[in-house]
Amino acid sequence: MSEPIVRIEGLAKRYGPVVAVDEVDLEIERGELFALLGGSGCGKTTLLRMLAGFETPDAGRVLIDGQDMTGVPPHLRPVNMMFQSYALFPHMTVADNVGYGLRREGVARAETDRRVVEALEQVRLADLARRRPSQLSGGQRQRVALARALVKRPKLLLLDEPLAALDRKLREGTRFELVRLQEELGLTFVMVTHDQDEAMSMASRMAVMDAGRIVQVGSPHEVYERPASRFVADFIGIANILPAAEGRWLALRPEKIVLSTARPDTAHAVAGQIIDIAYEGGRSLHRVALDDGSVMMVATANIARTPDGSFRRGETIWLGWAADAGHPLDT
Amino acid sequence: MIGRARFAFTMLGFGYAFLYLPLALVMFYSFNESRMVTVWGGFSTKWWSALFANEAMLRAAWLSLRIAAVSATLAAVIGLAAGYALARARNFPGRSLFGSLVIAPMVMPEVVMGISMLLLFVGSERLFGGPDRGFLTITLAHVTFSISFVAIIVQARLADFDRSLEEAAMDLGATPWVTFRTVTLPLIAPTVGSGWLLAFTLSLDDLILTQFVAGAQSQTLPMRVYSSVRLGVDPQINVLATVVVMVAACALVLSGWLTRRKA
Amino acid sequence: MRAVIALPFVWLGVFFLLPFALVLAIALGTNAPDSVPPVELGFSLKNFTLLFTDDLYLAAWLTSLRIAATSTIVTLLLGYPMAYAIARAAPERRPLLLMLVVLPFWTSFLIRVYAWMGLLDENGLLNQFLRWSGLAANPTTILGTDWAILLGIVYAYLPFMVLPLYATLEKLDTGLLEAAADLGARPIAAFLTITLPLSLPGVVAGCLLVFIPAVGEFVIPDLLGGTQTLMIGKVLWDEFFTNADWPIASAVAICLLVLLVGPIALFQRQQARSLERHR
Repeated sequence: MSEPIVRIEGLAKRYGPVVAVDEVDLEIERGELFALLGGSGCGKTTLLRMLAGFETPDAGRVLIDGQDMTGVPPHLRPVNMMFQSYALFPHMTVADNVGYGLRREGVARAETDRRVVEALEQVRLADLARRRPSQLSGGQRQRVALARALVKRPKLLLLDEPLAALDRKLREGTRFELVRLQEELGLTFVMVTHDQDEAMSMASRMAVMDAGRIVQVGSPHEVYERPASRFVADFIGIANILPAAEGRWLALRPEKIVLSTARPDTAHAVAGQIIDIAYEGGRSLHRVALDDGSVMMVATANIARTPDGSFRRGETIWLGWAADAGHPLDT
Repeated sequence: MIGRARFAFTMLGFGYAFLYLPLALVMFYSFNESRMVTVWGGFSTKWWSALFANEAMLRAAWLSLRIAAVSATLAAVIGLAAGYALARARNFPGRSLFGSLVIAPMVMPEVVMGISMLLLFVGSERLFGGPDRGFLTITLAHVTFSISFVAIIVQARLADFDRSLEEAAMDLGATPWVTFRTVTLPLIAPTVGSGWLLAFTLSLDDLILTQFVAGAQSQTLPMRVYSSVRLGVDPQINVLATVVVMVAACALVLSGWLTRRKA
Repeated sequence: MRAVIALPFVWLGVFFLLPFALVLAIALGTNAPDSVPPVELGFSLKNFTLLFTDDLYLAAWLTSLRIAATSTIVTLLLGYPMAYAIARAAPERRPLLLMLVVLPFWTSFLIRVYAWMGLLDENGLLNQFLRWSGLAANPTTILGTDWAILLGIVYAYLPFMVLPLYATLEKLDTGLLEAAADLGARPIAAFLTITLPLSLPGVVAGCLLVFIPAVGEFVIPDLLGGTQTLMIGKVLWDEFFTNADWPIASAVAICLLVLLVGPIALFQRQQARSLERHR
C-alpha cells in the first residue's frame, strides 16, 4: 500500500466558542472517491476548506502527498476545488475560465489552448467554449466548473456539494458522470455532501461527521450495514434501534425484517399492529406498534403491481428477522 | 393601500416638479434677450456667445476640469483601497477609527473641513515652505473629501461580491494580487468608474473647501460663479447652468449604463 | 493588505484628522491682525467664552439648529412619499425614477441654489406669477427670509433623503404587508406597524445626511438668506474671510465639530450596521 495522498493529523478549527472541526485524523488513499457526509454545521465544509487552504487550522496539520501544507497559501497547493456556487468568473468566456489556472502556472499559450479543449471535451462542452457563464444552463455551468478544476490535473480534486444546485433528474445522471471521470482520470476526489444517497452511490469510501468529529470511516456498504454507533445507524437510512443485553443495542434495518400474517419461522419473531403505511412507489414503509409499546419500521418491496397481498393499516401482523440481521452497537 | 400609493405618487410628481421647475426656468431664461433675468425680452443666444467669449470664466472652467480629473483619479485609487480595506480587513488595530475617518468627510460641514485644511497648508508652508496654495492644495483637499464617497460605494459593492470567485482564482493558482487584478477589479470596475465620476463631479462643484485653500492666484469655476452670483442674477450663469445640467444628465446616463453593465 | 489599509489611513490621518489638532491650537490662540498668518499662538479659552456669552453667536447657533431641524423634517415629509412611490413603482421603471431624483445632485449645488434666486426675488418669477394670477396683489418677498433658506435646504438636500429611504423601502418584502392585511390590519395600520418601523434605518440615515451638513451650511444662507439671519456656517465664513479673525473662526469650527460628533458617530454606526446586514 502506497503512502496516502492526504493525511490529516489532529486538525482543529474553532470560530469563537463554536468548535467547527474537533481534532480530526483521517487518511485518504490515492485514486479514491472519498465523501465527507454530515448534516449542516457538522464541520465537513470547514474541513474541505482547510484542505484547500481557505481556512487556517487552529491545531494539527494536513499533509498532501507527504508534504506538510501548514502555511502554504491556496494558490500554491496542488489541489483544486469545485465550488458549490461554481464560482465561474462572469467576465470571462468558458474557455478563459477553464484556462485561468493554466495561465497562472505560465503554461504556454498553445499548450493551454490544447488542454482547455481537452478538458472541455472531457465534460462534453467543446461547442460552448466561447460562451459566457450567464449564457449557460445550470448543468452546463457545473461541468465548466468541473473542467476548470480538472484541467490543472490536481493531486486532489475537492468538490463542495457538487450536485446540490442541480435539479433532481440532472443530479442522478451527473453522479455517474462524475464517477466515470474520476475513474478514467485516476484522480483522487474528495467530496462534501449532506445527501446520503449521493455519498452512498458515488463514494468508494466515506466519513460520517457529527459536531466536528468523524464518527465513522468506511465503504458505503460498511457504514450502512455495520454502523459504528446509534448516531450513524440513525443518520444513514432508517434503523430500528433495539435494546440488547448488557446495555448494548442492536441496529436493525427495515428491509431486513419480514412481515407475515402467521408467526414466521425465523430466529426472532414479535407480533404487532400496523399503525401507518407510507407508500413510496418502489417500497412501502410500515410503522408497527409492538405489544410492549415500542414502534418499529418495516420495509416491503412492492414487487407486484396490484395491491393484493399488501398489508392494511390496523392489521395485526408478525415481524420476523434472522439471527444475523441486526448489527450490535456499543454506543 | 391603493389610496396611500396614490398619495405617494402624487407627492412624487410634486417632488419632481419641485426639483426640476427651478432648473427648467434657469435653462429657459438662458435664451432671454433681456439683461433682466426675470423679464422675458424675446429669444436670443447672445448670452451663450457672451459666456463662451468670457476669458476669465473659461480659464476658471479649465482649471476646474484639470483639478477634477486629477483629484477624481487619486480619490478613485485611495477610495478603492479604503473601501476594499473596510469590506475585507475585518480586524486590524484602529479599524473603528479607520471606519470613522472614511465616513466622516462625507457629512462634515464643509466650512469646518475648509478651515482645517487651510490651517494644515499654512502650517506646512511655515514648516516646510510649501506647498504653494493653488492647484496642488485644491486637489489635495478635493481628494480628501471625495475618498469617502468612492470608499462607501466600493464597500457596498464588495459586500455583495461573491467571495467564492476570489477563492476560486486562488485555488487555481492566482496570488492575492493576481486575484485582485484578474477577478476582483474587472468585476468592480464599473463601480470604481462611477466612483470616479462622482468624485469628478464633487470636485468640479466644490466652492467652500476650494475658497479656503485656493490662495490668491487660482480661481475655479464655482469661485467665479459665486462671486458673480453674489451680486445678483446673471444671464451668463443661466447659460452655464444649462450646460452643467446637460453635462450632468449625460454623465448620469453614462454612469447608469456602467453600473447596469456589471452583470 | 497592509499597504491597502495604510494608504487611505495615512492620507485621511494627515489631511483630515491632523488638521483638527491645528484648528484646536489656533482656537486657543489670539487674533494678531498684523502678523502673517494673523494668529498668535497661546492657551486662552477666551474665544470659546465669547462664543457662549455673545448674543450674536448664541443666536446663530440656535438659528442654525432650528433651521436645520425644520428643514430636515420638511425634507423627510416630502422625501418619504417620494421614496415610497419609487419603491412601489414597476421594477423596470424604478431606475429611471430614481435617476430623476439623483440627477440634480450631479448638477452644481451652487447653480441649484442660484436657480431659486431668480424665483424668489422681489420681482422674481414667483411674485410675477402671484400678481399675474391675482392670488396676491402685493406678495411679500421670500428671498432674504428664513423661509428661503428652508426652501433652499429642502431643495438641495432632497436626494440625500430619498436615496437611503428608497434603499430600505425597496428591500421591504411586500409579503409582510399582505400578511399584515391577512391578519386584519387596515392599510394605514399596516403602514404604521410594518412599513414605517422597518424603514426606520433609512429614516435615520436620511435625516442625518440632511441635518448634519445643514447645520453648517454656508452657501444657502449666504445666497438666499437675509442679512438678519445668521447661521453658524456663515458666521465662521465671515469671521474668517471678512474679519480675518482666524482664532474665532477656529473656535466656531471646533464647537460645530463637537456639536456634530454625536450625529456623525450615529450615522457611521448606522452605515456600518446596514452593510453588516447586507452581508
